[in-house]
Amino acid sequence: MITNMKRTVSAVAIAISMTFISACGSTNSGSGLTGTIKIDGSSTVFPITQAVVENFNYANRDVRIPVGVAGTGGGMKKFINGEIDICNASRPITDSEKETAKKNGIEYVEFKVAYDGISVVVNKSNNWINNISTEDLKKVWEPNSKIKKWSDLNPSYPNAEIKLYGPGMDSGTTEYFTEVINGQKMAIRKDYTPSEDDNVLIQGVRGEKYSMGYFGYAFYYENKDDLKVLGISSPNNAVVGPSFDTIKNGTYKPLGRPLFIYVNKKSMEQECIKEFLKYYFEGSKEHITEVGYVPLDDYSAEIAKIK
Amino acid sequence: MKDNIRYRKIKNKMFHIFILAITCLAILVLFVLVWDMLSKGLKTLDWQFLTSYPSMFAKKAGILPALVGSIYIILLTILFAVPVGLATAVYLEEYAKDNGFTRFIKINISNLSGTPSIVFGLLGLAIFVKFFGLGRSVIAGALTMALVVLPTVIVSSQEALKAVPQYLRHGSFAMGATKWQTIRKIVIPSALPGVLTGVILAISRALGESAPLLIVGAFSYVAFLPKDIFDSFMTLPIQIYLWIGQPKAEFREIASTGIIVLLILLLGINSIAIFLRNKYQKNID
Repeated sequence: MITNMKRTVSAVAIAISMTFISACGSTNSGSGLTGTIKIDGSSTVFPITQAVVENFNYANRDVRIPVGVAGTGGGMKKFINGEIDICNASRPITDSEKETAKKNGIEYVEFKVAYDGISVVVNKSNNWINNISTEDLKKVWEPNSKIKKWSDLNPSYPNAEIKLYGPGMDSGTTEYFTEVINGQKMAIRKDYTPSEDDNVLIQGVRGEKYSMGYFGYAFYYENKDDLKVLGISSPNNAVVGPSFDTIKNGTYKPLGRPLFIYVNKKSMEQECIKEFLKYYFEGSKEHITEVGYVPLDDYSAEIAKIK
Repeated sequence: MKDNIRYRKIKNKMFHIFILAITCLAILVLFVLVWDMLSKGLKTLDWQFLTSYPSMFAKKAGILPALVGSIYIILLTILFAVPVGLATAVYLEEYAKDNGFTRFIKINISNLSGTPSIVFGLLGLAIFVKFFGLGRSVIAGALTMALVVLPTVIVSSQEALKAVPQYLRHGSFAMGATKWQTIRKIVIPSALPGVLTGVILAISRALGESAPLLIVGAFSYVAFLPKDIFDSFMTLPIQIYLWIGQPKAEFREIASTGIIVLLILLLGINSIAIFLRNKYQKNID
């Protein structure tokens, strides 16, 4: 009885491990490059990094690149702890993060990868609003905001409650948005629906008539048919909406901003990371425009930093 | 007298119909779920889907890393949970004296089986990922899932051991066997069908859990197969969750296909366990 049991169990175990081993070994690699690159951070930069990784993997099957979406803040925490090799960031590294990195002995290189324009969107069915001023945005999003309905903002707007969607506290997008609109980093009202997952925000705004949300331009661009973007006016600038051209020539103010990746200097010594970075800057202009962001005109300065 | 009998017979019939109706309702709900899943997901289920890696294009996307990751994690989870669970049950049923301490342990284990799995996720993050330094790896995920299913395995094994008739143990002692020999050769094989029931429940739970593995594993884009137990991973429930979250409708279709794959995997592994259980049931009878 025991030998029967041993026989069946080992037969089952062998069968399972054979399917597993064959699944592992059957891929053909392409180039001989191997290695692991751990990436995490901004959900805004994620579409670019995902596109680059997917295309890089066609030629380099054996380089394993997991990508996480913990938000710029969450990714930075892991990066300055040495847990990941590359951090996607939609805002520059802060002074306190620089200090912690120094304390942990982590040296890094900053690369600029693209330009983004944070887009303020509302539900597609709202045809009573096309633009919003930065002063109005501040009134809606500032901490302890008194604005509960659209009509609180402007009596001619509908008498309906505003449902707010935005990235959470780990997000570089929120950090930039609050700094530029509310005047202080991370100063934002507490009663909005936060999510580091931009897809949740898109689905939220798409589903609620009187909602407003903000996120990276690529997420509006991919879902143009379902969302309405608002033009932004500010004290010194006329109304301007985000588009490839306005982000590129800098007229989309004040919500236009650069996107970065931070690379651990020690990790950069590996061949696979050097090749990956070269591909990121040489091969990905079309990927960047494909997902909806604006590539730099010239990446040679970034490529020179790869050592 | 006759009216009374007729009245009771009618009540009997009504109750019978009522119970049948409720059962049909439950089966109807299951049927609707299965129909919804099949109608949305069956058309994208093909070899390309099973052997491709995830992609930003729904047409190219596939489930291979999630499938392999799930299988990897479930095998390791069973490997950790079953020996530890069975050994704990043997200690509690065969060796431990029935004092306050033993009862305290038993109550705690019963409570743990009802704890939300996300609590185990946080525990796994603190202990396996950070303290033991295993990182966000297959082994950390498997150990966390082993903690999640351990109470279930222990309780089922305990019930199975309790059900072994005492005369078997007494007969073995009468033949001169030691306690350990009795347990190893008589009690455990006799209790095996019950233990396997616990394993089936554990597998079903572990395959479907996403919350603890999201905390411990947490990558959103994994386009490779784990090369060893210290590598990053993706599992079926997490991949399905990520696809459902995408705004584009095509991703929600392949999420349904992923659900079909998950259910087939679940049925497959459970069939193996049920087959083994029936085999040992026959050996005993």
